[in-house]
Amino acid sequence: MTKLLPFSRRDFLRTSAMGAAVVGLAPSGLFSPAMAQAALTVGFIYVGPKDDYGYNQAHAEGAAMLKALEGVTVVEEENVPETVDVQKTMESMINLDGAGLLFPTSFGYFDPHMLDMAKKYPDAQFRHCGGLWKEGTHPANTGSYFGYIGQGQYLNGIAAGYASKSKKIGFVAAKPIPQVLQNINSFLLGARSVDPAITCQVIFTGEWSLAVKEAEATNALIDQGADVITCHVDSPKVVVETAAGRGAFICGYHANQSPLAPEKYLTGAEWAWGNVYTDFVKKAQAGEKLGNFVRGGLKDGFVKMSPLGPGVSEEARKTFDATLAEMMGGSFSVFKAGIKDNKGNVVVADGQAFAEDAIELESMDYLVEGVVGSTS
Amino acid sequence: MEDIGLWGVPLAILAGAIRVSTPFIFVSLGEAITERSGRINLGLEGTLVFGAMTAYGVAVMTLSPWLGVLAAMAAGAVFGLVHGWICKFPKVNDIAIGIAMMQFGLGLAFFLGKPFIQPSAPKLPSIPFGGWSDVPQVQAALNINVLFLIGAALAVFLWWAFRNTRIGLILRVVGDSSDAARAMGLNPDTVRLLATAVGGALAAIGGAYLSLFYPGSWNEGISSGQGLMAVALVIFARWNPIGCFLAAMLFGGAGALGPALQSVGVTQGYYLFYAAPYVLTLAILIATSSPTRSLAGAPGALSITK
Repeated sequence: MTKLLPFSRRDFLRTSAMGAAVVGLAPSGLFSPAMAQAALTVGFIYVGPKDDYGYNQAHAEGAAMLKALEGVTVVEEENVPETVDVQKTMESMINLDGAGLLFPTSFGYFDPHMLDMAKKYPDAQFRHCGGLWKEGTHPANTGSYFGYIGQGQYLNGIAAGYASKSKKIGFVAAKPIPQVLQNINSFLLGARSVDPAITCQVIFTGEWSLAVKEAEATNALIDQGADVITCHVDSPKVVVETAAGRGAFICGYHANQSPLAPEKYLTGAEWAWGNVYTDFVKKAQAGEKLGNFVRGGLKDGFVKMSPLGPGVSEEARKTFDATLAEMMGGSFSVFKAGIKDNKGNVVVADGQAFAEDAIELESMDYLVEGVVGSTS
Repeated sequence: MEDIGLWGVPLAILAGAIRVSTPFIFVSLGEAITERSGRINLGLEGTLVFGAMTAYGVAVMTLSPWLGVLAAMAAGAVFGLVHGWICKFPKVNDIAIGIAMMQFGLGLAFFLGKPFIQPSAPKLPSIPFGGWSDVPQVQAALNINVLFLIGAALAVFLWWAFRNTRIGLILRVVGDSSDAARAMGLNPDTVRLLATAVGGALAAIGGAYLSLFYPGSWNEGISSGQGLMAVALVIFARWNPIGCFLAAMLFGGAGALGPALQSVGVTQGYYLFYAAPYVLTLAILIATSSPTRSLAGAPGALSITK
């Protein structure tokens, strides 16, 4: 798409609608790790609306925490497609807003869009959510950060295992990529740690955001007897509201969805990007080198759990807290000791145990025994 | 909840036909009225999304879903009037204006809809027709929204009205021949303006159903092209309102096939099942096409037939 006007939509909106309110526009760009200034403009780019009760909201909540820091200006743009559009957004953030640190948060922004911009603007720093940064291959002013949320889904599974009466739980998933498969498997393994008879039905919708299909999938799962539902789609709002409307319990994902269904919401695996972003920005302001490959889980404060809802029994709460404590201690692994996939192949041998940051888990292409579904 | 096993598939198709079809019904009935008057409004996707946003926004602010539906109808009628008004100028192409109005409607809905993504709106009521059954899945499937019933009644009414009323006759004359209409003393532009406005209002009701009942939430991906598909359904249904209703049901049912099959364990190849509605459409169009006659029932003044 070509731009008809020489300024971006965001720039136009900001100057026209909030002109008077904008403060601190003094160019604070030209930031470099060697001679950092205290003033820093940070740019956030989201693929969808930032109040979607999901992926984008989790990032926007993190960005909102930065606004309280001294000397930090946050600029944001929502609904930026994973096309050349995001390059234009990055350019305008760098040139017009003087952004020195950019967080393009969606998976498709990484290659080639962010990499191209990083070569063009070597003085700006780029950190991407979820990309696989490699030293030597990718520019030094880029990097990636991500969280290990699988253990959060395992904890979801524990809450689900205690709450389920039908011993069937359901998962509405977008696409069969490793992260999603790991979440499905962790959810089922968590539930089976409570009761080994539990099975998990998965339905793939094929897209990250398809409201009608997500609602249909939720209904189909509940029709087949699932009584606890969780999901991995960009915005869990439709799944949560549909499941609660049918009387099923819900485990959340991405952000805290309990306001949508306070009675039926058990718990949820949430991102805690605020900690990650604060850390990046403090380092940048202090002139320290930013990490290029940043990863962490529950114990590192990258991931958190929603407060337990009224549907969680006292017994469930005890197991939940004990497992959480074990995870915080760093000794817990979800994938260990003789796990078969749902076709009968052994995928984790006896005596083997993967820590949450094990590289083997990043290429997961199977569903474990007990998950009803297929990856293709 | 009882284990209904494979019965889940036909049940899901029936339930899906009822749940998913309503937006298709209203958009295609609206478009049928507009096209019967000899004009194509491709902008109904934009009207649908704008209607969804308006209905949700008004329902959030007033706590009345029915006021939301009324507001959506008013907004949809305005979109139709703008389309109809621009199209009356000479040498204006209604298809191009439709595409422009679609983008305009989408953009405006996204812009104004920002504050309504997060709040929850009160839902439209549904009538439980499943009381006779003690299977909870059947009860859930037969929780039928009032708008679906109105849409079904409207389809029958329009079918009757096109044939048997003076307004229906005027609409068809204008749609078949502008010259004949002028000779009768009718102003084709006025008739088309009103027909497009009514079409827009109906399409916006479809949007209200999306945001206020099923899936019952406002976000920018709420429609994902349903408005465009519904416009295509009108041609599929040969401009017959009852055909529009049946085509919408077929489309809704076929759309439910993918999730339903996965839920009973048929998990291979779900991308193919998701293409079922489109494959079905192609198959029926091919089966009913003929080398010897053009589209039966097509209004003569429609710009695709000129």
